[in-house]
Amino acid sequence: MSNDQAVSQYLAEYPASSASLPGQTLPWLQQFRKQALACFSTHGFPDIRQEEWRYTNVSAIEKKRFKPFTSTAQGLTNIDSHVLDELVLQDMWTVVLVNGQFVAEHSRLEGVPPGVIICSMSQALEDNPEQVQAQLGQAVSDDEHGFIAFNSAWFSEGLYVHVPANTVLEKPLQVVHYFDDADALLALRNVYHVDESAEASIVETFAGAAQAYFSVNVTEAVLAENASLSVTQIQTASDKAYHFAGCYAKQAANSRFRHDNFAFGGLLARNEIHTQLFKAAECELNGLYLGNKRQHIDNHTRINHLEAHAISRELYKGVLAQRARGVFQGRVIVAEDAQKTDSEMNNRNLLLSEDAEADTKPQLEIYADDVKCAHGVTVGQLDEKSVFYLQSRCMSEEQARNMLTFAFANEMVNKIKHKSLHDFVLKQLLQRFPQQGVEAAWL
Amino acid sequence: MLTIENLHANVGEKPILKGLNLHINPGEVHAVMGPNGAGKSTLSHVLSGKSGYDVTEGSVIYQGNNLLELEPEMRAREGVFLAFQYPVEIPGVSNIYLLKAALNAMRKHQGLGEVDAMDFLMLVKDKIKLLQMDEKFLYRAVNEGFSGGEKKRNEILQAAVLEPKLCILDETDSGLDIDALKIVADGVNSLRSAERSFLMITHYQRLLDYIKPDFVHVLAHGKIVKSGGPELALELEEKGYSWVEEQAA
Repeated sequence: MSNDQAVSQYLAEYPASSASLPGQTLPWLQQFRKQALACFSTHGFPDIRQEEWRYTNVSAIEKKRFKPFTSTAQGLTNIDSHVLDELVLQDMWTVVLVNGQFVAEHSRLEGVPPGVIICSMSQALEDNPEQVQAQLGQAVSDDEHGFIAFNSAWFSEGLYVHVPANTVLEKPLQVVHYFDDADALLALRNVYHVDESAEASIVETFAGAAQAYFSVNVTEAVLAENASLSVTQIQTASDKAYHFAGCYAKQAANSRFRHDNFAFGGLLARNEIHTQLFKAAECELNGLYLGNKRQHIDNHTRINHLEAHAISRELYKGVLAQRARGVFQGRVIVAEDAQKTDSEMNNRNLLLSEDAEADTKPQLEIYADDVKCAHGVTVGQLDEKSVFYLQSRCMSEEQARNMLTFAFANEMVNKIKHKSLHDFVLKQLLQRFPQQGVEAAWL
Repeated sequence: MLTIENLHANVGEKPILKGLNLHINPGEVHAVMGPNGAGKSTLSHVLSGKSGYDVTEGSVIYQGNNLLELEPEMRAREGVFLAFQYPVEIPGVSNIYLLKAALNAMRKHQGLGEVDAMDFLMLVKDKIKLLQMDEKFLYRAVNEGFSGGEKKRNEILQAAVLEPKLCILDETDSGLDIDALKIVADGVNSLRSAERSFLMITHYQRLLDYIKPDFVHVLAHGKIVKSGGPELALELEEKGYSWVEEQAA
């Protein structure tokens, strides 16, 4: 009921807000948005009756009535610049978006190789509309669920990246998203297009002030043959924020995609990482979700092996304290033609309190007959033998448990090889770790 | 140093230790030998405070205090060190950190300040040579991916850094080839002193060729059934355990 009301209200407000969305002069985009709007109008927001949303109830988002973007929306008005300094990694190229708006004075793109395009989505729609048109909707469809359709209709900004063939970005690109506009709903659409044999690494940081806002991020990552792309998401949104981020990759033959997902913030966060693997493509999906208080963090992954010889590796770990709830749904689909698929999926959860909850659901759907697919899931407490071992080495029981819990989480941080990024993620982890007395010196 | 009197301990409903007596003076090395299932590991676990054991009768007095009342970490800080039969792997925690944290916890308990970082590094590098371990082990996660011999050496390294008063070696020789055994034994021997006592729990006489005990005890059916000098170990080696068990029965 409230779903219908919320949907009707957003639809009613659409004509007013759509005038300020980018790409007004592009008929194909108007058509794209119109179809998305129709799709949203039919499906509404996702519902727990849908299998892929059974553990995550988004009715709070519907009740909240966030304000979609308008041209009068707040930009970088009163942000303390050292808030951004804390988030910016100095040895990377930087793009900063505050409340969904591109902030040129904080963005640094000097020395980007010729031919590489890194710009805001609105800029790309002005300068390279055909290129955007060719990629938009390639890796994800509005039919997927209501947030995608909503994003397609409402997106006001985003990031467009194109790395041409045989070009290697020798340092990562960091996209800093910062939100402090209360009750704002920001739909951002990103395209990461990595051409044949090109390589790129993109770091997405999401942070915000302690206000309720809702960011709906949809990223389409298109990897041409033999391309390589690494995406790292570090989400430390405020504890009142709602966060949806979907990264949808389409991987041509022999391409390599890696996604590292650090989901630490938000009151309600849903991450989706989906990938389609063509011949001999490889993907590695890593995740760490840290839930505290009443946080709800949902991770939904889908790995679609469409052709033969592709490899997928996935490890998600959750640490859930107090009344937090963590969700992992991992689906691996192996098509009939995807012989010699090699796939491993693991999800491990530590529950630190009796009220914490982990819902985990690995799903394998295998239609080919010559494949190697493994999966494993654990939900539990610390190994008591390890606790005793540390106690017998003078550690108090509490300290022993903290160390082991932190070490469990830190395994995911250690997968990050880029030093400044590793240290940044570690710092975020330490700041938000649910236990006291946790030290970086342990490592 | 340590007086165990009439110790009875159960695992669940099952009695494992059934009236064990043992007295260890400072500086003495005692070997407790016995067949499988005699209660050897239970003894080391009860002394170090592992949960899962109920002491139903008897007492353990360590340096004048009731050891059984102390939490495992307090026993460790008071100088009781257990070298594990199966050292646990702790992925994500570095070896050197554990050594330092353990030493500092012990020093704090003794009313001392934290060890100086440089002094600590010198100390550890000195001790690691003793165990013929590569320094890179310090920076690896505790026991993770270590071979059996490396794990046992790492246990003795921890003992060397913590300088315990009572060192319990639980089957320290099991799983070691002769070269590794010699290194571990050399490490243990270097720790011997007039104040430090050792309780070696072992199934095999072989260890005692390298670490010479002052006393040998035979543990069978949950009690010490025979005690003697080092010659007892040789006798056991020759005749096996059955004759002692028969004698005791």
